[in-house]
Amino acid sequence: MAKNIGLLALQGAFREHGNAMRALGCDVSELRQKKHLAGIDAMIIPGGESTAIGKLLVDLDMLDTVREMIREGLPVYGSCAGLILLCKTIIGSEQPRLGLLDAAVRRNAFGRQVDSFECNLPVPVLGDAPFPAVFIRAPLIESAGPEVDVLAEVEMGGQNKPVAVRQGNILATSFHPELTDDMRFHRYFLDMI
Amino acid sequence: MKDGEKGTLRLKVGLADMLKGGVIMDVTTPEQAKIAEDAGACAVMALERVPADIRAAGGVARMADPTVVIKIKESVSIPVMAKARIGHFVEARILEALEVDYIDESEVLTPADDRYHIDKLKFTVPFVCGCRNLGEALRRLGEGAAMLRTKGEPGTGNVIEAVRHMRMVQDQIRMLCALPEAEVPNYAKEIGAPLELCHVVRDQGKLPVVNFAAGGIATPADAALMMQLGCDGVFVGSGIFKSGDPAKRARAIVQAVTNFRDYKLLAEISRDLGEAMVGIEISEIPENMRMQERGW
Repeated sequence: MAKNIGLLALQGAFREHGNAMRALGCDVSELRQKKHLAGIDAMIIPGGESTAIGKLLVDLDMLDTVREMIREGLPVYGSCAGLILLCKTIIGSEQPRLGLLDAAVRRNAFGRQVDSFECNLPVPVLGDAPFPAVFIRAPLIESAGPEVDVLAEVEMGGQNKPVAVRQGNILATSFHPELTDDMRFHRYFLDMI
Repeated sequence: MKDGEKGTLRLKVGLADMLKGGVIMDVTTPEQAKIAEDAGACAVMALERVPADIRAAGGVARMADPTVVIKIKESVSIPVMAKARIGHFVEARILEALEVDYIDESEVLTPADDRYHIDKLKFTVPFVCGCRNLGEALRRLGEGAAMLRTKGEPGTGNVIEAVRHMRMVQDQIRMLCALPEAEVPNYAKEIGAPLELCHVVRDQGKLPVVNFAAGGIATPADAALMMQLGCDGVFVGSGIFKSGDPAKRARAIVQAVTNFRDYKLLAEISRDLGEAMVGIEISEIPENMRMQERGW
């Protein structure tokens, strides 16, 4: 039976993730309220503004339920804002979060929109060909706990910093695979379900 | 893809994609910017005056003082946009140097050029532009805009023009999609749009970039109306900080854009929002004072 992927559809680029998962044979449903959370096999938290999505998770009384579902093992993939919302520590911010990924993240770590960039990123778990990574006002993981596997890194100030990570049922990227035609990250996520 | 490349179309259009389903709010001070961010705005537009005040003040409206833009940038973590006058590429370069995240080449300000818009392809920073119809939308994309919005009639708190412009764009897209391929060039000529972009729209069945609603949105119901008419998100200009309880109204409009079809929820969040901004009937504005007529 096709897997049902829940897209957190409060704000941001959720539709692009939906297109990718549909192309891989999944069913997709949009999660805009607490009552939509039942019956999903996995969840994607899209790029967007993490403060806006976090605020809506609180206002719509969804934050605790979503956190509990992920804690109990629901596979989840967060890109950009999704990564931020998944992290335990958001440097310099008290904004609402799910806080399940054992990592400290810095928002807008590369600068403002004029510093947004594309690059060919080596991601060994996806094979030899580099991944076309699109970084838009992207966050960067400054430090991560021992249970976090680093899938890809970029160099920042002479140090390698994670931009794609996995911790059990949680997958997160600083960049936006959903804006490219390369489906390898979405396929990798599907294999986690 | 070149390694480390910046300012690509994918990055420009991509940031607009991230704003979808969100509310972009006009703000004039760091305090207002903070209220907007706390209410869940996905970006703010840094201005010296909101459109309603620009309309009331008259005279020439220009790019904001850089100090206003810098202070607002420092006060929030969400993207900050700012407006440049139509055709004023030096104002736009100054805003780019200030590292705003998006520039609105806007009819709310007094136009600086009566024939040409800014050559937006040359910039690293992305641009959003207003449109009333498909021809105008595609001309702006041809010049390099990476995001569109309806013009509506700014500073009026009257949604009718935004509705008219959204419906017009969509009617023309449907018309274009129904045409046989051989008739596309003539249609492109009729609406004054670049031919290649007409083919792109016809192939995709929609605009190739994000299209927000703007110009007259004042209530959660207005925002939900525009979402149901097919826009990707909304700009609220004077509607928030010209109302009785800006924080509460801002929050309600953010929720309305997310759950734009749930009428019970809309009823709940529309309650006790305090006074809405005073609106203006469009027919009471002389034609030469209508901001939507600016742009070529």
